[in-house]
Amino acid sequence: MSIILDKVNYVYSEKTAYQIQALKDISLKIEDGEFIGVIGHTGSGKSTLIQHLNGLMRATSGGIYYQGQDIYDQDFSRHKLRGKVGLVFQYPEHQLFETTIFADVCFGPKNQGFCKKDAELKAFTALRSVGLPEDYWYRSPFELSGGQKRRVAIAGVLAMEPEVLILDEPTAGLDPKGRDEILDQVAKLHQERQLTVILVSHSMEDVAKYVERLIVMNQGSVLFDGTPKEVFSHYQKLESVGLAAPQVTYLMHDLRKHGMQVQGTATTLEEAKHSILQAFAEKGKPIC
Amino acid sequence: MKFIEARKLIHEYIRRDEEGNVESILTALDEVDLDVKQGEFVAILGHNGSGKSTLAKHLNVLLRPGGGTLWVDGKDAEDADNLWAIRQNAGMVFQNPDNQIIASVVEEDVAFGPENIGVPTDEIWKRVEKSLKSVGMIQYREHSPNKLSGGQKQRVAIAGVMAMEPKCIILDEPTAMLDPNGRREVLEAVERLNKEKGVTIILITHYMEEVICADRVYVMDNGKVVMQGTPRGIFSQVDTLKDYRLDVPQITLLAYELRKEGLQIPEGILTRQELVEAICRLY
Amino acid sequence: MLRDITIGQYYPAESVLHKLDPRTKLMATLLYVVSLFVFRGAPGFAVVTAALCLVIWLSKVPFGYMVKGLKAIVVILLITAVFNLFLTPGEAIFTFWKLKITYEGLQNAGFMVIRLIYLILGSSILTLTTTPNQLTDGLEKSMKPLNKIHVPVHEIAMMMSIALRFIPILIEEADKIMKAQLARGADFESGNLLKKAKSMVPLLVPLFISAFRRANDLAMAMEARCYHGGEGRTKMKPLKYRRLDGTAYIIVFVYFAIVIWIRIA
Repeated sequence: MSIILDKVNYVYSEKTAYQIQALKDISLKIEDGEFIGVIGHTGSGKSTLIQHLNGLMRATSGGIYYQGQDIYDQDFSRHKLRGKVGLVFQYPEHQLFETTIFADVCFGPKNQGFCKKDAELKAFTALRSVGLPEDYWYRSPFELSGGQKRRVAIAGVLAMEPEVLILDEPTAGLDPKGRDEILDQVAKLHQERQLTVILVSHSMEDVAKYVERLIVMNQGSVLFDGTPKEVFSHYQKLESVGLAAPQVTYLMHDLRKHGMQVQGTATTLEEAKHSILQAFAEKGKPIC
Repeated sequence: MKFIEARKLIHEYIRRDEEGNVESILTALDEVDLDVKQGEFVAILGHNGSGKSTLAKHLNVLLRPGGGTLWVDGKDAEDADNLWAIRQNAGMVFQNPDNQIIASVVEEDVAFGPENIGVPTDEIWKRVEKSLKSVGMIQYREHSPNKLSGGQKQRVAIAGVMAMEPKCIILDEPTAMLDPNGRREVLEAVERLNKEKGVTIILITHYMEEVICADRVYVMDNGKVVMQGTPRGIFSQVDTLKDYRLDVPQITLLAYELRKEGLQIPEGILTRQELVEAICRLY
Repeated sequence: MLRDITIGQYYPAESVLHKLDPRTKLMATLLYVVSLFVFRGAPGFAVVTAALCLVIWLSKVPFGYMVKGLKAIVVILLITAVFNLFLTPGEAIFTFWKLKITYEGLQNAGFMVIRLIYLILGSSILTLTTTPNQLTDGLEKSMKPLNKIHVPVHEIAMMMSIALRFIPILIEEADKIMKAQLARGADFESGNLLKKAKSMVPLLVPLFISAFRRANDLAMAMEARCYHGGEGRTKMKPLKYRRLDGTAYIIVFVYFAIVIWIRIA
């Protein structure tokens, strides 16, 4: 079991007039190799939650366990934890600072204590795995496009060879093709390396397409935790908290209301398509 | 009445090495033609790097073309004397909500534009109030912009432009950094300005869903205008759009896929209701 | 911690101080700061303290909010205290090794610390009750005569106003960058002075770049809204003195006179 959260609470500006409880009694179990999506309106606690998973923020109360170990234990190295649980923030390209891309990607492994050669080897592998062509590697980060810089930033985290990869809105600000490329890359990494992946996103469609498990945050608590199908079936409740279901889910519900025998739980385009075609076939209606 | 008339606009970014020799030339605009009528809602779509932002910045003369002609509000953009008159009538809202708010209090920022063009104090107050009301932000007039959400900040930016009483507002990817709620807020405000106040709108974006309410859509790729037409017309060409690194809304894509499988769904489906009706009719 | 810097943050409220012309407040703050270094002895201290308390009360800004800003300068306060304690010549009352603490040292340290605290609190009142725009408008109007000797008064005022607006934004950005680098295993705490300075590079470089990018964007946005320097600009909130300001000026001058009189007498 990768990560366990046990009644975790986090309060901002404790004991002042501006006290905000960002996390309320969160208890979660994250297993190895899962591909999890986290959704929630702005201010629901998603960002706060993920920053607890790599020890960047310290819970006000409650326990967090990584591979069975208490991360708040005196002997536990939270510095090491950050190498195991990689966190890619929003607009990660803003953290690039070195003179060349390659040097920037080496930053993570160097901080972990690896010697120059080992760090370089890891950077090499990481840059390869994000699909950045080699002739870019020795250029200044500022010569690249936004999407390319973002891949460099992700490579910077991958170079630490984390067991868990958390991405906070990795597609923010990218054009449609850019979005697909990044998410496909992440899905590939999840498959090839059996990485545990946690994807925070605002796009229901993206999340429905890639994740196996969906956690919905609302005002600091977990509202839903299940498969995308299960979660999106509660679309009315989702709407009441400022979220939505994927477009196709609504469509399927509308079709059912009109008496069509389709799968109301479809959450992706493929599922919707098959279900609709099947409904036509079953009714014996010729399609043309 | 034409508000924008651009013919064969060219813009090249020239990279020079240390000795001043030309290293590379990036043609951001390659003989672009654009026509926008007064009161229209025009959307310009394109992937990152297609030239759409470069085009936008020509429309209020933040950039000068290397070739071609541009007439904005009946004035020649090449003529330096027209600069401020053009900018007053072609306002611009940018992508980053924070980097266009200058003052630390909402109403003071909205007043920045009118102050610059020498509007008398009493009139400034009237315009600030009117503009903030028109974007639904009047209750935040004394707030600090720092505490506002992205969508609210963008609406303040729009109010700041409206306060100059322009004929046209150009929005350069105004929702790229916003969450879905913020995106909705901004688009609703923009639509309202177009429908209720007759403001010409030019919306630069790469989000297809935002284009649905436009009167006309231009698609750019590699510095050229490659597609032109109504949203419905553009959306039917799903494969072409994919080639240009763009996407269609999930509903349109589903309609397209069903049609590929033989279902007689009409082309250019834009909304969920349309698709539901079309499918039910066949069932 | 970075978020707690209240310098530069406006606190909206309906107070007498909020209604004053910024020029009045600027002059008052200036005289107040001078008075802090002029006052001597217990009666002077009492007058200055009374004035500060009155102003804090008038501002309607919660005291707890104001005091937060002091946290940032605790280090400076400590250094000042230590220097004054150990380096003031006079009768030693406490000696260990080569260091001696004198009665004068204690006095000086105490007063210096209090002066600094009062300085911060007093200046904070200025920025808490005056929007940055009002401040720069006030400075701009006061410094207008300098235009005659070609000092770019308007541009300086505009620069200050923008700087103040972006302080909280850059602080937030620094926080984000720091977290992102921490997530990559960066260490800002351990090591000697040199190592710590080096470890700031991954924080400062992105921050500078971000600041430049924002400046570029902002310049474009300003030009798009027809900004072309100070010529021909009108004001939404032009500065006009009112009776309240006259009263305030009188009170401030009287206060200053009292402090000087106590010092001389």
